[in-house]
Amino acid sequence: MEQLLIWIKQPWPWYVAGPIIGLTVPALLLLGNKSFGISSSLRHMCAACFPAKIPFFTYNWKKENWNLVFVLGIMIGGFVAAVLLSNPDSIVVAERTQEDLKALGITDFHNLLPVDIFNWENLFTLKGLVFFVLGGFMVGFGTRYAGGCTSGHAIMGISNLQWPSLVATIFFMVGGFVMTHLILPLLITWVGL
Amino acid sequence: MELVEKNTKNQQPIDCEAPNMQAKGEQGLALLKYLVVGILFGIVFVKAEIISWFRIQEMFRLQSFYMYGVIGSAILVGLVSIQLIKRFNLKTINGEAIHIPKKEFRKGQIIGGFIFGLGWALTGACPGPLFAQIGSGFTVVAVTLLSAVAGTWVYGRFMDKLPN
Repeated sequence: MEQLLIWIKQPWPWYVAGPIIGLTVPALLLLGNKSFGISSSLRHMCAACFPAKIPFFTYNWKKENWNLVFVLGIMIGGFVAAVLLSNPDSIVVAERTQEDLKALGITDFHNLLPVDIFNWENLFTLKGLVFFVLGGFMVGFGTRYAGGCTSGHAIMGISNLQWPSLVATIFFMVGGFVMTHLILPLLITWVGL
Repeated sequence: MELVEKNTKNQQPIDCEAPNMQAKGEQGLALLKYLVVGILFGIVFVKAEIISWFRIQEMFRLQSFYMYGVIGSAILVGLVSIQLIKRFNLKTINGEAIHIPKKEFRKGQIIGGFIFGLGWALTGACPGPLFAQIGSGFTVVAVTLLSAVAGTWVYGRFMDKLPN
């Protein structure tokens, strides 16, 4: 039992995590005829809180509230994993990634997120504006414009052999490469680290 | 205007990518099972370090196979599962036939997909991990989440003016 807990507390390998994530697809279908997707929860929040008579937000969101319950679960799961099952050691980031990021000014590689960026003190600074406000906005705007995110398109859509989802996934990756290699260095120079 | 009428008539979201195809309504305790699936999912997100900004950087710098392994094996398991469901005509636990809506191609999958990709590399999170990051103690990500809701709203407000 103790061995099991020690094993669980270690970071899980991809061949354990990936298949469990994949199993979400049949789990949601079999439990309630639901297609896996997460970014739609953001739309339901708009529909529930400020629909403003916009056609895109005037629908019966209560029928979709399973999705809001699902993302609440994800948040609770994050809490449970961090409090009860957390890895006692620091995250292991690839050597070459560390070198690249050090060159950009990131110094702390102990946590899952770089604390140089993700802390409340940065909220009302240029860093906060770029990494939280601008970044979040692009995630919300982009996923809705694309009609899905990594879960709805990359996992659910491709699993169901939907070629538009493959197109979307390719452009998720293109956007990520462009940001990482071309824009991020400029942004970090601008906002400072 | 036509859109509004169509929408209120069906009471269905336009182009929802995670549609609820279950005919029977579910409220209250029936929703608990989705909470449980969500909790397990959130635990995997954290334990597999998928919520890590560094893992996303490794992926986009092609310096680690890890995220490709996660996403690739998730797709493989999803694909086999859907094939099995279709082949054996499996039903939901309520006995309903399983229906998965098709995705239609729109320009948004290219433009919006690209914009989301930019945001993904910047925040180190797609929508799912945003929730798990907040739960695991990076509470400032709540600001990112709020901004993502704002982005969704702005899309909904101006969608008819965007190429699609």
